[in-house]
Amino acid sequence: MELQGQVAIVTGGARGIGRATTIELANAGARVVINYQRSAGAAESLAAEITAAGGEALPYQADVADEQAVTRMIQAALSRWGRIDILVNNAGITADAPMARLRPEQWQQVIETDLTSVFLCCRAVVPIMRSTGYGRIVSVSSLAALAGNVGQTNYAAAKAGIIGLSRSLAREVARDGITVNVVAPGYIETDMVETVPEALRAWALQAIALGRFGRPEEVAAAIRFLVSPRASYITGHVLTIDGGWVMP
Amino acid sequence: MIDFNGQVAIVTGGSGGIGQAVVEGLARYGARVLVGYHHNEAAATDVVAAVQSSGREAAALAIDVREPDSGNVLVATAIERWGKLDILINCAGIADYGPLSEMSSERWRQTIQTNLTGIYHTCRAALRPMMQQRYGRIVNLAALYGTSGFPGQADFAAAAGGVIGLTRALAREAAPWQITVNAVAPGMIETDLIEVIPSEIQQWSAGIIALRRLGKPEEVAAAVLFLASPVASYITGQTLMVDGGWTMA
Repeated sequence: MELQGQVAIVTGGARGIGRATTIELANAGARVVINYQRSAGAAESLAAEITAAGGEALPYQADVADEQAVTRMIQAALSRWGRIDILVNNAGITADAPMARLRPEQWQQVIETDLTSVFLCCRAVVPIMRSTGYGRIVSVSSLAALAGNVGQTNYAAAKAGIIGLSRSLAREVARDGITVNVVAPGYIETDMVETVPEALRAWALQAIALGRFGRPEEVAAAIRFLVSPRASYITGHVLTIDGGWVMP
Repeated sequence: MIDFNGQVAIVTGGSGGIGQAVVEGLARYGARVLVGYHHNEAAATDVVAAVQSSGREAAALAIDVREPDSGNVLVATAIERWGKLDILINCAGIADYGPLSEMSSERWRQTIQTNLTGIYHTCRAALRPMMQQRYGRIVNLAALYGTSGFPGQADFAAAAGGVIGLTRALAREAAPWQITVNAVAPGMIETDLIEVIPSEIQQWSAGIIALRRLGKPEEVAAAVLFLASPVASYITGQTLMVDGGWTMA
């Protein structure tokens, strides 16, 4: 198995795209820290599922926007398995409102959870990856970062911020054997898009070339490729997975 | 994760460089591969022999992708031999070096005809069988220079930029049949194609690439194989850069 012996951290790893990614990485042989904020039940049952299939997983509660919590999570991974090869920054929230009605706390919360968390997690794992001369970091951005989206000025800003952060970090750590990439999913069938109004969903279906929304597994497949040793000459790239919608 | 068992693929420019690495990868994961090559028969024969000695199936066909009928001949050959076509990888390409002010019309036409129009020829032919089975994967080799430009290679950059445009348009056209169309855009890769570029320019390039080295054909092939696989089912119209972190734009 390609990721045999490797250790991965998937933030927001219990649900949606994160859950599918956790399963992909575990199937490829990686031991996975399933980070979650509130989804304890989902994280525990996913870990049990992986263990039953012969894999290893560690559910870990942490608010990834909290510096101390991130430090503790990294320590927990290290004390359990002694290494970290892969970081998937997937944790994210939305707090949609047109900008005229967007409250500062909605702005702050999304920037903290979706962007600052990526900074904190990257900063925590880079020294560990540097010490082994190998690492793979993939962060989940969004099509909204590239194309914009009504009611998501906060979310689009945070997700576009991930791209700027990742490209800069890619240049900083390239000579340490660490690649840093981004995936930008369009509409994916997760809890997060269930709140999107029906009219908007119908319009999107018309605009997407493949005529359907994506599945979490289809994003996880791309993440799985980018975190594999095979993706050794790809860094600082944004891979859009949008079914042929915007094609940025 | 990647499994091509039961699938049939055509790879143009398959006798060397990135194309050869793609052929080897496709075969390793179970595909039967028709290797299109222009004139290097000995190399194509070696590639096919290597695949066959590993217990897989491959065949070689001499073809000039500049010819309008080239795609039809490739597709007919693959279907006659193996009954179907699932994957088309367009790797055939040429490169030269020298400023536009001194570029001959002949050089311009040859590059555009081979690197861009050749893809039109093969895609056009591959679409029908893929539409009939409502499944297909097309991956076109573009180049980083198609978006970034590169001094001394205006023709090559123009063709590569054209490939990206063709890829996006065809992705929208072919999507209703579950055919995805993507491009892979390599930076500077260790193949014969970069031999035209002066070594001091190659060294300068390596110095500004984030990974501080040129890429290997296998590293580009890995991206091609991912996009050609069934799991890349929600990615279409994309250009995946395999450039070691160069422009990142």
